[in-house]
Amino acid sequence: MSNAPHRFALIQRLLHWLMAACIIAMFFIGVGMVSTVAPTYLPLILIHKTLGFTLLVLVVIRLALRRHYGAPPLPADLPPAMKLGARLSHLLLYGSMIVMPLLGLGMLWAAAYPVVLYGGIQIPALLPQSDRVHTLLWNAHVYLGFAFFALVLLHLAAALFHALIRRDGVFWTIALFPLRNRTTPAE
Amino acid sequence: MNPSGNLSRSGLGSLVLIAAVLGGGAAAFAYTAGWLSPGRLTPERMIAALTPPSGAPLGHRRNHAKGICFTGIFEANGNGVELSRAKVFERGSHPALGRFNLGTTDPNAVDATVRVRGLGLQVAAADGEEWRMAMINPPFFAVSTPQAFHDLLIASGNKDAEAMKTFIQANPEFAAFAAWAKTAPWTASYAEEPYHGLNSFIFTDAKGGEHAVRWSLLPTAQMVPVSQAELEKRGPDFLEQELTERVRTTGPQRWTMVTTVADPGDPTADPSKAWPESRRTVQVGTLIVQRIELEQDGPCRDINFDPTVLPRGIRVSDDPFPAARSSVYRKSYDLRAAEANDYPRTGTTKP
Repeated sequence: MSNAPHRFALIQRLLHWLMAACIIAMFFIGVGMVSTVAPTYLPLILIHKTLGFTLLVLVVIRLALRRHYGAPPLPADLPPAMKLGARLSHLLLYGSMIVMPLLGLGMLWAAAYPVVLYGGIQIPALLPQSDRVHTLLWNAHVYLGFAFFALVLLHLAAALFHALIRRDGVFWTIALFPLRNRTTPAE
Repeated sequence: MNPSGNLSRSGLGSLVLIAAVLGGGAAAFAYTAGWLSPGRLTPERMIAALTPPSGAPLGHRRNHAKGICFTGIFEANGNGVELSRAKVFERGSHPALGRFNLGTTDPNAVDATVRVRGLGLQVAAADGEEWRMAMINPPFFAVSTPQAFHDLLIASGNKDAEAMKTFIQANPEFAAFAAWAKTAPWTASYAEEPYHGLNSFIFTDAKGGEHAVRWSLLPTAQMVPVSQAELEKRGPDFLEQELTERVRTTGPQRWTMVTTVADPGDPTADPSKAWPESRRTVQVGTLIVQRIELEQDGPCRDINFDPTVLPRGIRVSDDPFPAARSSVYRKSYDLRAAEANDYPRTGTTKP
């Protein structure tokens, strides 16, 4: 592991926090827009579609950056169960980031809605209208959305656990700013 | 890992902080989703108010549930270009698809029992943009706000006669609609009806000028008033049969699309308030209905006539209805798509 970086590259860290803010906004916009008939429904749905598509582009860039720069190793003294949890949760986080926008796009296509983003950008439909496909993708988008939100909360809890309780330097690898009283990664 | 008592106290503080962040996040999420606000007017509540005591019309639209499909063209005459840069107004023929319907939650309603008739329409422009709309035959809407529409549904479904009285006291604009419902002549044909958009939209022209407008489709067919009793005698599904027969024997049916331009100060946020007759109107084209198809296997079945699907050059105004309709229509579409087995297609064209 001698060639593994000690922390994520600045561009990776910037992208992580930018996407984190956008993804959290997406959860709230998503559940907020489907539970209102107020005029804000329209700007919310426009932002949700535009941001969702943007996040799909960003996650592709993010995976390419991860492939290029790699990721710092977990602390050697981290219990195996936590290591497994960390790997699995990151796999699920990346998977959700890729799948959620695709499900969103697919459910709109399968309902014969034109997909028009902010600025009038049209995304051509790649699926024909289908009641069955729409229902499947719509349910997947909703329930995976809830699971994704729970996963992000878990991720946040783990990050705070590393930063505040274990103080093992894991949080420092992704932090934008230095933490007070931080310790360097155990190696 | 940290044996000192001080650190374990800070460790406890950290745990409390983590729990607070998670709990706060989950609570904020639940609040945003409306789970903590039973009073919020959600699309689910609007649809619950639309649902008759006999149950929801599974597989069908939750309102305007009875209808028949058509295809045809929208022939733009080019006059609309001065008001909006939308491509659908450029002189030429644009493919149109739509649905004549009855304002009822019962897909098997007897035609003569339904006062409001409607037209859903989708016009496609060459650049791939779509313009969808859903219009009705009264010249103004029954109420001023989506909340009032919800309250109307609740009051009219209430067996207590006082409920309607209380509603009308709170929403006096309903009186004009009630008068229309009582006195406006009935016709025995979808082809003889006007269809009014009622909601106000903003047209943007090529120079960036903005115009608040409403639009109507006015029939070219001669209107022949009939009594409700006479219509009832003709059968429960007379309107669909008559339209199919009319198009078959006399050819395509036409409506002139007229846009009315608001003067400054005209009420754009309230579709229950008609604008004065003297307002400038522009005829922008003709809807030509060429072919009628039953809804069950027809092309309109799959379309949600969401009035906020608009091409560039048309956008919503401060009228709160298009957003509310979009939200509720979406929910209605999600429900009926999931219930498609309750309204099976007979053709083999779709899986």
